[in-house]
Amino acid sequence: MKLQPVIGLEIHVELKTKTGMFCGCSADHFGKAPNTNTCPVCLGLPGALPVPNHQAIDWAIMIGLALDCRVNLESSFDRKHYFYPDLPKGYQISQYDDPFCQAGKLSLASGKIIRINRVHLEEDTAKMQHQVIDGQKMTLVDFNRSGVPLVEIVTEPDIASGEEAKEFLKKLRDIIRSLGVSDCDMEKGSMRLEPNISWSESPEKLNNYKVEIKNLNSFRFAQQGIDFELKRQKELLDQGKTPVQETRGYNPQKRATFSQRVKETSADYRYFPDPDIPPIVLTREYVENLRTKLPQLPEALANEMVNKFHLSLSTAQLLSKDQLKLAYFNQYKNQVEPLELANLIVNKKIDLDQPPPTKAASRAVDLNIIDQVLKENADAVAKYRTGKTSVIGFLVGQVMRLTGGKVDPKQVQDKLLKALQVRNLQG
Amino acid sequence: MKVNVLHLAKLVNMPLKPGESEKLQAGFDSTLKAVDELKKLPTAKTKSTFQVTKLQNVWREDIPQPERGFTQKQALSQAKKTYQGYFLVPRVIDDEA
Amino acid sequence: MRLNQLTVIEARAGLKAKKFSVVELATACLVQIKAVDKKLHAFLTLNDRILDQAKKLDQSGDDGRPLWGIPFAIKDNFLTEGLRTTASAKVLDNFVPQYSATVYKKLIEAGALCLGKTNMDAWAHGSSTETSDYGSTLNPWNTKYLPGGSSGGSAAAVAADMCLFGIGSETAGSVRQPAAWCGVTGFKPTYGRVSRYGVVAMASSTDSPGPLTKTVADAALITKIIAGHDVYDATTSPRPVEINPNSLQGENLKGKIIALPKEYLIGEASGLILEAVKVFESAGAQVKPVTLMDPQFTIAVYTIIQRCEVSSNLARYDGIRFGHDRSSFSYEAKNRSLLGAFSLSTGYFDQYYKKAQQVRTMIIDEFDRLFKQFDFYLAPISPGPALPLGASKTSAMFGELQDVLVEPSSIAGLTGLSVPCGIISGLPIGLQITGAQFDEQKILQVGHWYQQQTKWHLEKPKL
Repeated sequence: MKLQPVIGLEIHVELKTKTGMFCGCSADHFGKAPNTNTCPVCLGLPGALPVPNHQAIDWAIMIGLALDCRVNLESSFDRKHYFYPDLPKGYQISQYDDPFCQAGKLSLASGKIIRINRVHLEEDTAKMQHQVIDGQKMTLVDFNRSGVPLVEIVTEPDIASGEEAKEFLKKLRDIIRSLGVSDCDMEKGSMRLEPNISWSESPEKLNNYKVEIKNLNSFRFAQQGIDFELKRQKELLDQGKTPVQETRGYNPQKRATFSQRVKETSADYRYFPDPDIPPIVLTREYVENLRTKLPQLPEALANEMVNKFHLSLSTAQLLSKDQLKLAYFNQYKNQVEPLELANLIVNKKIDLDQPPPTKAASRAVDLNIIDQVLKENADAVAKYRTGKTSVIGFLVGQVMRLTGGKVDPKQVQDKLLKALQVRNLQG
Repeated sequence: MKVNVLHLAKLVNMPLKPGESEKLQAGFDSTLKAVDELKKLPTAKTKSTFQVTKLQNVWREDIPQPERGFTQKQALSQAKKTYQGYFLVPRVIDDEA
Repeated sequence: MRLNQLTVIEARAGLKAKKFSVVELATACLVQIKAVDKKLHAFLTLNDRILDQAKKLDQSGDDGRPLWGIPFAIKDNFLTEGLRTTASAKVLDNFVPQYSATVYKKLIEAGALCLGKTNMDAWAHGSSTETSDYGSTLNPWNTKYLPGGSSGGSAAAVAADMCLFGIGSETAGSVRQPAAWCGVTGFKPTYGRVSRYGVVAMASSTDSPGPLTKTVADAALITKIIAGHDVYDATTSPRPVEINPNSLQGENLKGKIIALPKEYLIGEASGLILEAVKVFESAGAQVKPVTLMDPQFTIAVYTIIQRCEVSSNLARYDGIRFGHDRSSFSYEAKNRSLLGAFSLSTGYFDQYYKKAQQVRTMIIDEFDRLFKQFDFYLAPISPGPALPLGASKTSAMFGELQDVLVEPSSIAGLTGLSVPCGIISGLPIGLQITGAQFDEQKILQVGHWYQQQTKWHLEKPKL
């Protein structure tokens, strides 16, 4: 029996709605003083009731559509029960039997397809910090984040290495960012990863254990953590041992995972439909209308830019997945030569808060005008060929006249020289 | 059927007092006997109803509701233990890192 | 007649005519509370600012708000900002809410004055008020008897004229059954007609706030005020409130077709119900016996659904953000939580929770068919009058068994009224008038008509 690495990913993404999943508190919780962004609902007070956020539902479905999922027209919110201080109601409102989206896919550059099991919507938990206070090990709880809309994306265990995981995650992040529904900022925790890892016969025939890694706050750490964990498990398996089914943390300094002893909670979540929230029943038309709102996804957009503007593939990819840079490019691409503009942006030679610098801001030199000037001034061209290179100044002047002086003379000169060389070769 | 009272008590995080588990056990046996009557009704083709309003798609637009937001003082006002603006609980996780 | 004995409508007329002041009215209630509540134990917490609030109203003058100056009592599971709210559970012994229930807010905005918070079964888990962590309320008709529950405190407070009206809530009968046992009027609006926002949840899919009053006319007035869509409660109906307390008169029973479920005519109350049926028949209504699902099934459905939802709804009480920790729960909460968790757990979900929700569909379908043919149905609220103190300790399903005749209507989210219809051994009996969802106005008109024909609602306990 040959074992292979089998890795599935659970990804949580905080949506950048204005308000919470089930209440009107701000969804923008980052950096606020503790417990200054709460209400009866997200604090789980007695008698408080959830009312779902329409925008969050739409966005969750759009993520599913972008990942080629099937949308369930009938779905509901369910209560998932467990006890933890960051979960104010003792249950999380999530989706169990009928998530919004199921059965999608995302392909890697190699052509390998990673299947998506489901995309569902739930609420975020409070934030905990562990500190020693007056000699006592304590946990501090801040409910500002409690109730922020959270989309959970679960893959099938189709990933075979840390590198594949990293590629998948980057691609997923780029897609979600291009939808404009989340910042997917790992450092701020608006994107969180939980790989589960085992060595199994196949993704269809899983081993009798799996290990989950938590607290991975970069793609690099995800890759390293997964690779470390695969190695650790393989060593155990080779010795005839079965790794313990557990949750492990990742220590980037040691580049190692470590056993995380979470105080016992039971895994019987006792899901049932939340009686506080009537079911969500969508029509085909509703879903198709959401589909029309999907922007061109990064991959397709990059290919288009390569064809249309002759950008290099790497430049096009960089632009297509960065919403800020892409918006800047689209704003100025009719005023500045697109290839040049793209290179300036990608090489960070441009301040995105300012219009492009004058040189670039001047209109791109129209090659037709260069051609025209060269044709109309055959004498000058002839003189240039005999070595009287100073006539170039005259030719530049002609171009400047024809364009009304709206182009950069240095650029004109370069283009003229280039054209003359080409003519030389042809001549 | 035997209900595992101690397991359930753990599951719902309800600490039991001495003697309660026996009393609960006896109560469950009689209650489950009564509710097992339902088996007599055929329901194979019946849909289940988890709420009776017949409402669908009740949602709110993404608009803040500052009128019911709490100040930090209000949020913390009913807590037993707080520390510098936080709710305080005994450590729930052992970090080795 | 003392001021505290007035109905809401009478008191509003008196205040409008300046026959007495708000302070006088509130004082009359406080005097009565002082005189009888040591014995009855209907109140858990009193609003010690009520006389100041009354004085302010007197100073600013009657502004015509529908409940201006009317003192009321409210069950202790309604959150009242700044006023302790315990749901009769020691877990919440020290809880002073940071926000108010929508129902409470609406009453205060309508000009009413809160006298205080009334006793109930802890977490509303019961039909006796005996499971309160603060001790039982006693029945004003006979203090050796239970007031019913879980809204027993509000029912006793209204019956003993400690307030002009009371607010309760029911999951299955917790307004109507104590109303019946204490000889007052209790009204359960359609599920979703009155907001649950800010009410400590018992079973979320059937919880329905409602008034306990001295007359049906008062019940209509109060329901009109507390009903309506609430943006904070996704299960409230957006339909306009069709209750009109000013057009209760003129109900003509002629031609009405009334169902009398045979399975519900059990216990010693049924004789008085048949007497009441005669009143309807003599007015020209047709009363026909019908067969509904055996109540033993509805008990089972209700028990499972309620316990599953209870086990979930009690999960938030961890003592971190408010209240005490989970070691403070008393027995009945554990009883319900554990069985609920069992019914939801892996391997048993289909057999219990799902099965119950499927039979619930059958019950709803049965009522849909019934109300296509009938205007409403009549039945006892409870098989008999109030039971003696201690009775709740006899069965692990005491509450569910007592409420057997109202559970079907709660499971289906119907609207129903309890009106006094007689007395057995010095204890009142309640008649159930139950109709289809959103038929509040019809049911209230019929109840009002009944109270025009009979005098049972005017009977008072001798304290």
